[in-house]
Amino acid sequence: MFKLSKYVLYDIVRSKVVLAYTAFLFLVSFSLFNMEENSSKAILSLLNIILIVVPLISMIFTTIHYYNSYEFIELMLSQPMSRRKILLSEYGGVALSLLSSFLIGVGIPVLLYSPDNVGFSLLFTGICLTLVFTSLAFLTSVKARDKARGIGFALLLWFYFALIYDGLILLILFNFSDYPLEKATLVLSALNPIDLGRISIMLKMDVSALMGYTGALYKDFFGSGTGVLFTVGVMLLWIIIPLWWALRVFKRKDL
Amino acid sequence: MIRIEHINKKFKKLLALNDINAQFEKGQVISLIGPNGSGKTTLIKSILGMVKPDGGKIFFNNEPINGEPSYRSQIGYMPQIGRYPDNMKVGQLFKMLRNIRNVPGDNIDEELIEKFGIERIFDKPMRTLSGGTRQKVSAAVAFLFDPCVLILDEPTAGLDPLSSEILKEKILNEKSKNKLILITSHILSDLDELTTHIMYLQEGKMEFFKEIEQLREETGEIKLGKAIARIMNGEKFNSEWIDTMLEIKDEKNSLFL
Repeated sequence: MFKLSKYVLYDIVRSKVVLAYTAFLFLVSFSLFNMEENSSKAILSLLNIILIVVPLISMIFTTIHYYNSYEFIELMLSQPMSRRKILLSEYGGVALSLLSSFLIGVGIPVLLYSPDNVGFSLLFTGICLTLVFTSLAFLTSVKARDKARGIGFALLLWFYFALIYDGLILLILFNFSDYPLEKATLVLSALNPIDLGRISIMLKMDVSALMGYTGALYKDFFGSGTGVLFTVGVMLLWIIIPLWWALRVFKRKDL
Repeated sequence: MIRIEHINKKFKKLLALNDINAQFEKGQVISLIGPNGSGKTTLIKSILGMVKPDGGKIFFNNEPINGEPSYRSQIGYMPQIGRYPDNMKVGQLFKMLRNIRNVPGDNIDEELIEKFGIERIFDKPMRTLSGGTRQKVSAAVAFLFDPCVLILDEPTAGLDPLSSEILKEKILNEKSKNKLILITSHILSDLDELTTHIMYLQEGKMEFFKEIEQLREETGEIKLGKAIARIMNGEKFNSEWIDTMLEIKDEKNSLFL
């Protein structure tokens, strides 16, 4: 399996898109840390950029990569390779390259300027989001028949998770503001990996004090051991379930 | 060696394969012929596991093929349109295939690589190759691991006459090694000297599956092209093959029961 991933990785590195992504993250992180005197302020700005950019790039890059390596997949299928192995090596190759981009581009600046609790949970969130959205992109591209549909669907999902979902939550909170919604919002946040990542970092920062009673409840929950386990568990589910589903679809697909 | 039982496949509304039954044995060279869109490639891809049939079973050496990919190590496949990763160089392609198959050096058949002069283009990326050169690469890949089953989908389409001759010679050579060879082609004169059996498909249905001698006798034509033309012009097919097929299957079943 690693043999195949090696070839996938080789192909990705040659296309140079990943290198550009690394450079972009590196530049943004470095300039933010240099512009803001307070490193926690810089982390906050960096967080907002990461929550938008990492899912977007992960999805688009994965989708385009999948359709570009269709020939490779076809070739491998005529060899004694199981479909599971082929798809998982593709996933491994893509995820590994995106992760190393992220760890070099954001990881190094964070380690240099803010090697504390907040910094590490930012890195953790970035890693999870990369893996989650790579999984989701594999699912959409395996399901969609052609490239245009695949990319369209990936973009739609990104819009949903990055923008629309928050709007929906606001709508719910606004309409049901007479009821105690703390627990419900906790559940709702788990249904969106981006929100989950955001909350788990925000609560490690001082800004959570501004969030009032809900913030206090959140801090109570996410600050505890169960809260950390909860975050890790939900993120893992977000990685595994789409990938498992993609494998199921891929196994039955005509190529 | 390969047994196909009641294979059905539908693409949306199009019935691509309609209850196909056949049995292929070692030493046979089977020509799959039929008009465009008659299901030849779909049948081949079903055998390779690239297309999943809606119903029916395919056996390779009496083992059903479902999911387990190891049987494909015994098959060399040359696709109709060879598609390869754009950035990969020709030399890398062969290196990669050998690497993932993990086959010791003496089981490698590089005759076609030599005869087609593929070594000369080893450092060219796949995307710069012309259609014919790509075909040559596909052919060399199919024969590379000296497999006991060869599946060739329109092998000579797009090849120049010289290369076409080299490939035909190679196929004849492999035939004498008692291998099973499946060929689809529209160039019937190419098949004349190679084939032992003819399988004729039309709109997903297998119209007949016969030995070439029998076909020649029945139609009174020596040339395959003319014989097929006669049949295509609406002569009655006799359905003897169905009975012989069923006999073969019964024998097999009783052997394994």
